[in-house]
Amino acid sequence: MENTAVKKSKGSDFLGKLLRQQLFIPVAALLILAIFNLIADPSFFKITLGYSSAGQPVLSGYLITILDYGSELAILAIGMTLVTAASGGQDISVGATIAIAGSVILRVLCGTDSRPETLQTSFLVAFLVACVVSMLFGAFNGILVAYFKIQPMVATLILYTAGRSIAAWINNNELPIISDPTFAYFGGFIPGIPIPTPFFIAMACVIVIALVLKFTNLGLYTQAVGINEKSSRLNGINPKFIKFLSFVILGLCVAVVGLIKVSRLSSINYSVIAKDIEMDAILAVALGGNALSGGKFNMAASILGAYVIQFLTTTLYKFDVQSDALPAYKAVVVILLVVLSAPSVRQKLSGLGKKLRVKEVA
Amino acid sequence: MKYIKGWSLNFINWEVQFMKRKVLAAILALTMVFSFAACGSKSKDGGSSDSGSSDLIKVGIINNDPNESGYRTANDKDMKAMFTEENGYDASFAYSLKNDEQITAAQKFIQDGVDYLLLSAADTAGWDTVLKDAQDAGIRVILFDRTIDADESLYEASIVSDMDKEGQTAVEWLESQGLEEYNIIHIQGVMGSAAQQGRTGALDEKVEAESNWNLVTQQTAEWNAEKAQQIVQSVIDQGTKFNVIYAENDDMAKGAVAALDKANISHGVGKDVIVMGFDCNKWALEELLNQNWNYDGQCNPFQASYIDEIIKKLEAGEKLDEKVVIMEEKGFDATTITQEDVDTYGI
Repeated sequence: MENTAVKKSKGSDFLGKLLRQQLFIPVAALLILAIFNLIADPSFFKITLGYSSAGQPVLSGYLITILDYGSELAILAIGMTLVTAASGGQDISVGATIAIAGSVILRVLCGTDSRPETLQTSFLVAFLVACVVSMLFGAFNGILVAYFKIQPMVATLILYTAGRSIAAWINNNELPIISDPTFAYFGGFIPGIPIPTPFFIAMACVIVIALVLKFTNLGLYTQAVGINEKSSRLNGINPKFIKFLSFVILGLCVAVVGLIKVSRLSSINYSVIAKDIEMDAILAVALGGNALSGGKFNMAASILGAYVIQFLTTTLYKFDVQSDALPAYKAVVVILLVVLSAPSVRQKLSGLGKKLRVKEVA
Repeated sequence: MKYIKGWSLNFINWEVQFMKRKVLAAILALTMVFSFAACGSKSKDGGSSDSGSSDLIKVGIINNDPNESGYRTANDKDMKAMFTEENGYDASFAYSLKNDEQITAAQKFIQDGVDYLLLSAADTAGWDTVLKDAQDAGIRVILFDRTIDADESLYEASIVSDMDKEGQTAVEWLESQGLEEYNIIHIQGVMGSAAQQGRTGALDEKVEAESNWNLVTQQTAEWNAEKAQQIVQSVIDQGTKFNVIYAENDDMAKGAVAALDKANISHGVGKDVIVMGFDCNKWALEELLNQNWNYDGQCNPFQASYIDEIIKKLEAGEKLDEKVVIMEEKGFDATTITQEDVDTYGI
């Protein structure tokens, strides 16, 4: 009898530890979604190897779709996590700056001709120009937030409103189309490799940010600034620069996503490209269990959060939920997250846990 | 601090709304300053231009945002090319996708004393009061591209596309293909828009009436190519068979085709899947010419010449034969389309 009691309390200890783990929230959400799909229709997990119209092997299935579209979100979540941690606010201009980055890529590739026979430069040059441009826009946001001390939401509201018009202006309101099939590789498949390219791009970004966080002080400094700006300054960190830097890094992430987005269709539509993606990116950060008010962060949890959101979106599409009703379902997730993470609810939950443990021991 | 400060997410919307207002106020204040400056500079350069402008017809044009779609861009270009000083017009433009902002613009044009108010309304409702004001001020209103829910006496003429007919033409064409079974992926535009209602209505009726017409899925992609791609992707992942894609505009058809290409499903003339789009963008017609798509229905954006004609008639004191002018629109079939069609009708 005694033995089992000890075991049980150990078990609940383990559970308590698990609950306190930050990765718990996204992993639990992922499991719930996976189990739900398994019960509703196991064919959700079917992956088939087929051949694309160019005769190249490609994998297809819902899971592949999640990897494909979740990757865009994961890349954004990296930048958004840093911005959130450092500034305690969110960048809502992400979608609009994706439009700008995409527009720049097409402008550099096509020149003034919207239907070019031959491209003006290589993809690399176009992408680098887009990186510079969207880092500049990130810097603009960063300066407003760090040096003019404007609230991030308000500072980025400027580009949120103006960004898509700027994107349209960059291409003189034309809708350029790139006919070179190799351009579609970034948002599709590289010949011979059956896994969608965005996933590799996302993994590259993840590795880069993991190395940066491991071998530089960026992570530490960002958290220090987010937790207490004053004391971090007294400790010799320049909080303004850290905040500024986080927005520039987000700018870089935006350029990468911009490339994937325009590559998917080899074209652009300024008013709808990456629409409302900023909300998904912020939700990914929240789902990762990060404090939206800044401070400590867990990058892996954010990235996982991004894939969970795409998992949710894909599940909803599978069940033929009207696509204009999707935001409502996401709102339910937000409500659940918010309620579960509210301090008072947490206290009650942990109180309940303690009571259970006491009972078990008795 | 491991848990989320959830309330901040709650505040996002509120904050955005609140701050939007603040920023808007600032922008408005700025524009006012600029417009005052502009007025000042205008009055300086003298009477000669004033006497010149007196015989120009003053028109205020309220349109949707030209970035909205290729259709709107073409429409705006057409309007700008027609209503120039060379053609005897003094035109001012206002753009918005929001009804209330359009109404504000209309009120401003009424105060400016324009002769004609040309309107492509974002929303069908809410125009009665402002159009009544226009009527009282002796301003004549001409609607283009979109109708509104207001008394007919409030406007002189309305130049529109017949979306119901566009849908019917497309469905008739599809019927003429003589497939044994029609398994259709139906991708809709923004729900409630006239284009969506017209193009959906015809298809819905047909599916209801015929036993061998089925909808595999019916989803709105809100004119968005990315969403259309995800919807079609989802159907492909499910493994459901389909042989028709009925997309309510070209962008969405393009997104759908991107998903087909990825999954190696052949499409176009004589292939597995029939692809149908609307709006006749130039690039879409080229897809038809290359036999990658099968059908594209026209939605004529070139209303300016019709409006010009009407204004000339009204100025001459003539009466209009009809209040509602419906523009001629075609549907193109990939097997019969020519390069000439692409050049003439592509937008």
